[in-house]
Amino acid sequence: MDVPPVVMLDPIDSLRDRRADFPILGETVHGRPLVFLDSAASAQKPVQVIDAMGDAMRTQYANIHRGLHWMSERTTDAYEAVRGQVAGLIGAPAREEVIFTRNSTEAINLVAYSFGSLMRPGQAVVISEMEHHANLVPWQMLRDRTGIELRVAPITDDGDLELDALERLLADGKVALVAVTHMSNVLGTVTPARRIADIAHAAGARVLFDGSQFVVHRRVDVQAIDADFYTFTGHKLYGPTGIGVLWGRRELLDAMPPFMGGGDMISTVTFEHSTWAGLPHKFEAGTPAIIETIGLGAAISYIEAIGYEAIAAHEAALVAYALPRLAEVPGLHVVGAPAERGGVISFTMDDVHPHDIATLLDRNGIAVRAGHHCAEPLMRRLGLSATARASFALYTTREEVDALVSTLTQIRGFFV
Amino acid sequence: MDRDGLYQRQVIERARAPAHAGPLEGATGRGEGTNPMCGDRVRIGIWFDGDGRIGTVRHQARGCAICLASADMMAELAVGQDQGGAVTMGRSFAALLQTGQDGGVRPELMVFAPLRQHRSRIRCATLAWSALEAALTGTPAEDSKDG
Ligand SMILES: Cc1ncc(COP(=O)(O)O)c(C=O)c1O
Repeated sequence: MDVPPVVMLDPIDSLRDRRADFPILGETVHGRPLVFLDSAASAQKPVQVIDAMGDAMRTQYANIHRGLHWMSERTTDAYEAVRGQVAGLIGAPAREEVIFTRNSTEAINLVAYSFGSLMRPGQAVVISEMEHHANLVPWQMLRDRTGIELRVAPITDDGDLELDALERLLADGKVALVAVTHMSNVLGTVTPARRIADIAHAAGARVLFDGSQFVVHRRVDVQAIDADFYTFTGHKLYGPTGIGVLWGRRELLDAMPPFMGGGDMISTVTFEHSTWAGLPHKFEAGTPAIIETIGLGAAISYIEAIGYEAIAAHEAALVAYALPRLAEVPGLHVVGAPAERGGVISFTMDDVHPHDIATLLDRNGIAVRAGHHCAEPLMRRLGLSATARASFALYTTREEVDALVSTLTQIRGFFV
Repeated sequence: MDRDGLYQRQVIERARAPAHAGPLEGATGRGEGTNPMCGDRVRIGIWFDGDGRIGTVRHQARGCAICLASADMMAELAVGQDQGGAVTMGRSFAALLQTGQDGGVRPELMVFAPLRQHRSRIRCATLAWSALEAALTGTPAEDSKDG
């Protein structure tokens, strides 16, 4: 019997075949092949996800948790199976601790509202300087509603969290929750989650990680990092829009009041009074995003089949390739130099505004994001009004980085 | 590289070396336009001449090349206009970009016409005109709705 030769691919090329799973990557923009470097805003979808959602609507769909008929029971099973998949993906000890939301933003708002309602004036929440508005504005709203204090942990010029300063912010014992990103959508910084959790816990605080970016690139184990809450959003993880996840420790979720009221989240209802359903349904009022949840399940299966090890290795190789290549572009400055970086690179260029960069790249088929990336306070901290950002996904190739670099060089030449 | 009709040489040159940039000491009218979507900001100062016409405009623009070039061109074209004329000039420019209707837009402004293809960038070009209208009418410029 012939044994096929073992081909050792450079990690940067190891996922090349997977591009064929993403139909949209065959499209052209302004007559050029699409080079999609904006996956941190939202990732493209593999055919496995697209088909799973279509198949559900074609062959197996009804409302869940309420029908006594075959279709409803089957759909309920499909929906609930995804809860188990999510628990497995993030290492949650129990599937009931996984709450489906619309997105990360809603998951954080849920905690701000529900956990926040247990906080008392005089207590505080700590965030960091590099939070997405999704992990900032809900806490400002909580502060304005209940009189808690909002504290901001500084970052270094390189874009790392200042852990000493974080410790000092917690020293007076008033902090009830530390809510920080697990990976910055602007700087690419991967934060040292376990150390942050230890610092928070030592001061008697709970910790929430915004994993919106992190889960796309690395495997998270919520128990290993000792998180209390963890959030992410399906559309960045190659899944559909409209579905996100909050994971929380059972004892915390049990103690928290519901976020929204309605169907599905109750146990008994009279005109005078209602009692709440148990976890997770207490936090899932109304008909949920059934199709989208099934799509998220397909996305998780897809990622698990490829494996986070391969995804992380591919991405690390791409970043290691892209940083020196970008440095070749005259006048280009990469923003931040974090100790650990995921597949996100923000940059500015002397004499060319980020919006002009983005428009001209787009003319050449290359999609990047430009602006403040929903992190205005971070931009101010960095002394910038905007950056351009290239972000990588499992389908990103070395040639796409090359196309970015050569087009940027031409753009710069045109402006000076 | 495809530069797109939008980035014509004169736009780049204007953005790089604007002729009417800087503060205007003792301005009789001041206005500001901001785009919260992207952080661009144009501040302008105006002097009027003896018969109520715009005599001088200076701009302090923070933004992209389109924003800077448009502010500089605005500062040039507004001179000699009375209030009504300047406001009309700005509005017909905005209409050109939003609807493609050329209701007597000054030919110099046609370099920005390709913005029709970039809806998200239209506000970059109209920001300076919003600031001008704010300075002339004393109302704060409306923030980005059209962009
Ligand atoms: C770090 C981070 N947090 C939160 C979010 C919000 O995600 P969503 O808009 O899906 O709620 C994003 C995405 O934009 C993000 O990058």
